[in-house]
Amino acid sequence: MSEILEMKGISKSFGVPVLKNVDFGLEEGEITALVGGNGAGKSTLMKIMTGVYTKDSGSIHINGNECKIDNIQDAKNNGIAMIFQEFSLVPTMTISENIFLGEEIMHGKRRDVAAMHERAIELLARLGLDVNPDETISDLSVGMCQMVEIAKALSKEARILVFDEPTASLSESEINHLFNVMKKLKKNGISMVYISHRMNEILEISDVVTVLRDGEIVMHEKAKELSLYDIIYAIMGRSNSGFNWQEREYDSSNTLLQVDHLAINRKINDISFNLKSGEIIGFAGLMGSGRTEILETLFGIRKKLGGKITISGEETEIFSSVDAVREGLALIPEDRREQGLVGIHSVKENAILPGIDNYKKKRFLIDEKKANKVVESNIKEMKIVVDDKDKQINLLSGGNQQKVVIAKWMNTNPRIMMLDEPTSGIDIGAKTEIIQLMKSFADEGNGVIFVSSELSELMSVCDQIYVLHNGMITKKYNRKEIDNEEMLQHAIQKAI
Amino acid sequence: MRFRKQSNGKQIKWEKYMVYIIFVAVFVLFSITLRNNGFLGVNNLLNILRQTAMISVMAVGGTFVMAAGQIDLTVGAVAAMSAMIVSLIIQSTNSILLAIGVAILFGCLVGVINGALVTKFKLPAFLATLGMMQIIRGGAMWITNTEAIPIDNQIYNNVFGIGMIGPIPVLILWTILFYIIGYYAFNKAKFGRYVLATGGNEKSARYSGIDINKVKIKAFAISGALSAFAGIMYSGRLQAGRYSYGTGDEMSVIAAVVLGGTSMSGGTGSVVGALVGSILIGMINNALILAGLRTAQQTIIKGAIIIITVALSNVLQSRNEIKN
Repeated sequence: MSEILEMKGISKSFGVPVLKNVDFGLEEGEITALVGGNGAGKSTLMKIMTGVYTKDSGSIHINGNECKIDNIQDAKNNGIAMIFQEFSLVPTMTISENIFLGEEIMHGKRRDVAAMHERAIELLARLGLDVNPDETISDLSVGMCQMVEIAKALSKEARILVFDEPTASLSESEINHLFNVMKKLKKNGISMVYISHRMNEILEISDVVTVLRDGEIVMHEKAKELSLYDIIYAIMGRSNSGFNWQEREYDSSNTLLQVDHLAINRKINDISFNLKSGEIIGFAGLMGSGRTEILETLFGIRKKLGGKITISGEETEIFSSVDAVREGLALIPEDRREQGLVGIHSVKENAILPGIDNYKKKRFLIDEKKANKVVESNIKEMKIVVDDKDKQINLLSGGNQQKVVIAKWMNTNPRIMMLDEPTSGIDIGAKTEIIQLMKSFADEGNGVIFVSSELSELMSVCDQIYVLHNGMITKKYNRKEIDNEEMLQHAIQKAI
Repeated sequence: MRFRKQSNGKQIKWEKYMVYIIFVAVFVLFSITLRNNGFLGVNNLLNILRQTAMISVMAVGGTFVMAAGQIDLTVGAVAAMSAMIVSLIIQSTNSILLAIGVAILFGCLVGVINGALVTKFKLPAFLATLGMMQIIRGGAMWITNTEAIPIDNQIYNNVFGIGMIGPIPVLILWTILFYIIGYYAFNKAKFGRYVLATGGNEKSARYSGIDINKVKIKAFAISGALSAFAGIMYSGRLQAGRYSYGTGDEMSVIAAVVLGGTSMSGGTGSVVGALVGSILIGMINNALILAGLRTAQQTIIKGAIIIITVALSNVLQSRNEIKN
């Protein structure tokens, strides 16, 4: 085997250094797993390789020749393609039209539909698929869309494919099919990078495991020689995160929320847990394990198929988010920009939106003075960095935006606060503050449900941690029972 | 339009004031060029306001609908049908209250149907209201076989159309009334915030505990009710019901609302801007007539002015965005 790609001394910084002098290489016909915690630099490295970002320093060699990759087109020309998490297909067009989008086979001035049809069948057959290329993308399953993505990359003679969390939204059988396809591609000499948090899959499919931590490569080993424990250990290193756990006191006799046999879809159909007043519970699980679905169902965004929700001792039906707010629930959603905020509106307008009934005067007018006062005290108490409460919220940093989302819910005086990945993409200072806010909210006798991919965060505040796997609660820990992050990481990967 | 306090050193957001600037510029231009044609006469100015009263009233509803990210093409047809309903009821019962009550209810009902088509059956608002517009206009023609119905009730005609209080035509007073209510509902009440949030980011609004379907249906219902009232004003002013009232008004209303600073994609809007927008359109109409232009020329110039105004404010807006 020969080295097809070599990245030497790659550095990149966004104010803070994200990649520090990284060397990364790919052998022909080899699958390399790239793993690391959130913010370790994996996606930055891959974005440099695929031309989305430009490197600050270092060089990229393909087949031994140094080449420039300044944009996505350069990467394509060099045979590098990325299979995105969110597929870049046009849903209203057919498989064949998507594969050849922008690079149509022409017959004189006309698109040669027949030739493209033939070629699409050929490409799909290479992936072991027997589908009609005239089918429309929107009629296909997620797994099939992924296959079309791969076929599209192959049509452009890609030699290197980058997969970003490809299995997160796939079913068991689709994952098996994907792995078979990857093995087939490998035989044809195609190199692949496989980014995933799922360690068992990594050990199953990859030849080499590369671990990034804090912008540096800390491990580069043959997968055969590794155990799950080795990888987890390398990802986390010895150092503990800055968050320390302190046992919290609360009255465990007062149940705030009781969920029995909640069913949401075929996969998530028997979820039971409870939340005491003053308690913080955490859901730990991989992407696609059902964390978000559970929170959204409790909040009335998704329909529940079965089961019972009891709030403060009373059985409750929540049909919409309006009902949820009335029941004293609050949800800090996963996607801050799309679900949490109205980006073109001001800080103030966002902060008063859900609790707007609290500022009414003369029955239907908004008491602007009162609203101003509340928003000003939000800004002060939560240390939101903004010079003017009327500033458009899009112009704030991620951490400050997230604080406004939390503020808008605090202003509704909720009893139960649900937070879905509230710390993603925000700086460490804001993270610490948000975790502190959760604690003080619970200390007032309220309940918190906290979902996070950062296990260290879960471990620093949660009193109880539920482990979710494939739509099921597989484990429940009292925080005291968890000795270290490795133990929790193992549970999530379902290794014990 | 909400005027924000500008602290020292901050740039002024010109695009927000665009409609006012253009309004003043056009007014000054006409005052000078048409000074011998009586443009500045009190009667002519009141006339402009009176003639644009119906568009102005419909534009209040249009602001709600468009700020919620929707569009309503039924306004002109609803006005026509409402005028038919009123004149038929007055002809047979002579009851003013019954007549306007039924007409406004009809307008609300059309709005609710529009809203239901958009929220329950997931039709794009453009298509849903395009279809409804045809159905209603057709109904208005059918109901009397395209015949006009005269209204003999002089109280009705005075109150809703031709009357004056002192020197001021009632049509202008009605317009002012609806703008005051509209302004408060849009800028100062919860409903306005919900409309803007729904138009600004539907998903976020839903995740904030807002019933976005109800908000959209209510916005359409307001537009329907105000269009019905515009129909009442048409019938009072012309002392008859005719199926052809309000033909093409939907376009004038959209133009007025957009000129006034409401975004067609929703999330921002201004009730006062819509008023200025509709008066601007009325003023241009009036001036072109005074200048002796033919209908064909008037139409061309009106279209060009709408394009220029909106393009100017968009250019200014994108320049601002780059600066930020």
